[in-house]
Formats: sequence, structure tokens, C-alpha cells
Amino acid sequence: MKTPIRYLSLCGLLGYGYSPASLENAFKEKLDFVGVDAGSTDPGPYYLGSGKGFVKRLQVKRDLSLVLPLIKSRGIPLIIGSAGGSGARPHVESVLEILGEIAGEQNSSFNVAVIYSDLDNEFMHRAADGHLFSCGGSPEFKSELVDKLENPVAQFGTDPIIEALKSGAEIIVSGRCCDTAVFASYPIWKGFNPGLALHAAKIAECGALCARPVGANDSLVVEMYEDHFTVEPPNPVRICTPDSVAAHSLYEQPDPNCFYEPEGKIDLSNCTFEQIAPRKVLVRGSKLVPADKHTTKLEGTIKLGYRSITIAGLRDPSGVAHLNEIEAGVRSAVAESATFVNPGEYYLRFLRYGLDAVTGSNEPENTTLPREVGLVIEAVAPTQEQADALVALARSKALHQGFPERKATAGNLAFPFSPSDFSGGAVYEFALYHLTDLPLEFEVKNMVIK
Amino acid sequence: MKLYDIAFVCRSKNAGPFQLTIDLMFNNEADYRKVLASPAFTPCRIAELYKVAPEAVAIKPFEAILTIKVALPRAASSGSALDSDVYGSQQHFPLGSLEI
Repeated sequence: MKTPIRYLSLCGLLGYGYSPASLENAFKEKLDFVGVDAGSTDPGPYYLGSGKGFVKRLQVKRDLSLVLPLIKSRGIPLIIGSAGGSGARPHVESVLEILGEIAGEQNSSFNVAVIYSDLDNEFMHRAADGHLFSCGGSPEFKSELVDKLENPVAQFGTDPIIEALKSGAEIIVSGRCCDTAVFASYPIWKGFNPGLALHAAKIAECGALCARPVGANDSLVVEMYEDHFTVEPPNPVRICTPDSVAAHSLYEQPDPNCFYEPEGKIDLSNCTFEQIAPRKVLVRGSKLVPADKHTTKLEGTIKLGYRSITIAGLRDPSGVAHLNEIEAGVRSAVAESATFVNPGEYYLRFLRYGLDAVTGSNEPENTTLPREVGLVIEAVAPTQEQADALVALARSKALHQGFPERKATAGNLAFPFSPSDFSGGAVYEFALYHLTDLPLEFEVKNMVIK
Repeated sequence: MKLYDIAFVCRSKNAGPFQLTIDLMFNNEADYRKVLASPAFTPCRIAELYKVAPEAVAIKPFEAILTIKVALPRAASSGSALDSDVYGSQQHFPLGSLEI
């Protein structure tokens, strides 16, 4: 019989935090490795496009500082997946920098394996020539976008991380990878059932999100056996129940009965969940149906322009009732005055919070007008200077725009701030979110950080 | 009765940048079955509410925990120029208003 594997998922996302008590409890028994996922596309395309993290440096440093002395003294690896949030080169470098700071402060040194997942332009041209397939509802990829892509990355599976583990690294800093690869690589390397390893990994990557009370900001301990696995939060204030663990397979997935990874389809339809200790759940029945054809998901962004916004409130009932007229008046006045930008190259948006900013024209309920409306006027244009000027124009027009039955003739808007306008920086969109059937090699670079 | 009032969890979230997933969880089997059997609860009707193509809407029951998942495309991809909900976490309306 195989020796079971016991591992710790530090928290749902590196930088979200975890309880020191969780760490202490988890380390009371033998651990084989610690993993933490750092990546998500949820915060939107800006972070991949700009090379910045959606979690701040100080948050990441805190989460790493506590665990590093423990993995060092136990001699077990730490695997960081999708480093820096989006896993492109600038994100990976930012995490290496933080590790360097901690090593200095703790007078320590680490053997680090770095796996980059960046894609070069030559590869993208080859891929765009018939080797990109829509994924998760993405529109067909237009090959003219290849040269506009910023930070295209591949989301690799377990293979490169297994290579890095074999190299004997103490810390693996992985570029963009599947969340499951962080936790499934070690068990698969050790010959455990890949269906179970990937399902366990899918739960583990969210930390204590499968526990109650729910906690993406806390840890989870997983034990892998030959025909089942168990999950238990090391923090005694949380418990796992069969329902809480089963419900996790709903999270951010279009289908609760299966999910897809580069290794294949993980079928959960015959899974069972069993309470075997007050806070521990046993799972069995997850099955891997290997993929016919190996594919890898690619992600990349293009820059749409630059954003500027202004925020204001309306209390005047006539102003609230005539927001459509105010908006129309502002739009035509801006079009007339904005000679500094081509008409087709910018857009203005009025987000009317309290009225319909969230649901827009899909709003099914007709209710009476609200007492107050929060208004965000947004401009996106080719340069920040143009966007700033468009918002400034729109803001002054909106303040003084006339409309029928206007009584508050001194001004339509309450601005909470001076300055009233905010430069929002670059705006990106996900242009590449596609599968490729082209083979990919990922570079593993070993280094010492001290 | 409105779907929002029948379900004890009614939530939406991104399933990647181009799709939304809406979870409806029920306290008892009767409510779960009533919603699944309702002539108002169809991909066509949901597609109308969200102004998307009916063939792009999927209804996935998950009986083990009395939950129904609805997957549908986003009108604008997460965080792109015309999006108003980057995480997709407030898109359970208009579905929540559906009369069952």
C-alpha cells in the first residue's frame, strides 16, 4: 500500500491571509508539501495586461514570511501557482523579489525553481494559424490581434511542476498554471490516482472555501490515499461537512458534475462525501477521463485605451427624473467640443447607481424613481490625456445641462471630492482565452535566492 | 412566487471571463422540483431575460445538494469596456425576478 500524502493549502489566494493557528495545527503532523494558488482571472484583464498584481506586495510578503521558516526546517517544498496573480514574467519577477526580501530578513536562503509560462510572438503567430479554439464562450480569435497581445501566457498543467519537483527545489515559483496543478502535481508524481488528485486539488486551491464558516482566507489540509482523499480545515473554528464539500464543486464552474483540466475531464457524477470525523470529510469516486488530444489554455489581453471617471450624486427629483435628457445633452455637447479626439475612438458611459447601473436594460422591475442616484461618468480614449479631457468636459456639461422643469438651476450634481475626476489608467480586455493543440515546452530555471 | 424568494441561495459569478454561472440552492426537494418543472424556467425564457442566444443557455441540475446551475454568456467580457460587473457577482437578476 502507498504511504498516504498529507498536504497543506495555505489559503485560497496568496495574500488573502490565513490564521497563524491554522499553520501551527497543520504542522503538528507530518506534511509532504505546502501549496498556494496565487492566480485568478476574476479581477479582470487589467492585471494580466499591466503586469501588476491584484494583491499587494505587503499582503504576499506576510503570507510567505510565516510559512517559509517552517517548510525550510521540515525540508518540504512550497509550490506557488500563477505567481503574482496572472503568472506572466513581470508577476513572477515580483514574487522572486519578495522572496529575496524575506530571505534577507530571515537570514535564510532557498533553492528556487521558476517556471515561466510566457508565449512569444512567433509561437502566437503559429497558434493563430488554425490552432486556437474558443474556450468558455470566448469569441473566435482574430489573427490580426496577435501583434497587439500583451502578456500572453499558457496555463499549463501538472507536467512542468512535476519536473520542478524532481529538480529538488525548496520553492517552486510557477508562472500561469492551472489551479489544480499546484496541488495535483505532487500526488500524481508519487503515482496516486490522477482523478482523485485533481478533484482534491480543485477543492484545495480555494483554501477553506469548502468549510463552514467559509474562508478563502484560511487553510485546508488534504490527505491522499489510494482510493479516496480527505479534507479538513486545520483551524478548529471551521468544519467540513459532506454538503459544504460537495457544494464547492459548484463554485465558478459551469457544470457541477465535471470539470476540465489539460489532463482530461474529471467526472464527479459518482462522487460520495462522507463525514468521518467531526470536521473531516472523505471523498471517493472522482474519475479522470483522459483527454483524446492534449490541449493547453492560453490567456492574453489587448489594450483598449485609457480610462478617466468622475463621481457625483443627484438628489433633485427633477434631475433624477430627467437623467436621460441630461445624458443626451452632455453627449452632444461633448461631441461638439471634443475636437482633440476622433469621434470613433472614444466612448462615454453614464453609470446610474440607484437606477440601473448594474442590470442596465435587462432590469425587469419597474419601480418608482429613487430619491438619490449615484452617477459615474466614464470616458475611455486612446490616451490618458484625452480621456481626462473628455471626462472634464462631460462633468462640466452635466453640472450645468438644462432639462425640462429644472428648478435647481445652479447645478445638477453633488461632487463628493475635489478633485472630482480620477485617471483610471489603461483599460484591457481578454482577447486570448483559447485552447491550443500545439505542443508547448516550459522552461524551468533553478536558482538560489538569499 | 419569485425565484429569488423560493431559493435560499441565489448567486451569480464569473465562470471565466466570457461566461456567468448562476447557482440556485433549495431547502427542500419540493421547491427544487417545482422550479425545474416550471414552464417559465427554460433556456428560452432565461435567454430572453438576458438578451442572449437560447442555445447558449444551459440548465444543469445537481440533485445531490438540491441545486440548479444556470450557465450563460456574458454580454461583455469581464472588465472589458462595456462591462459593469467584473466579478459577475450581481448578475442573478433578472433571473431572480422570474415568476415560478
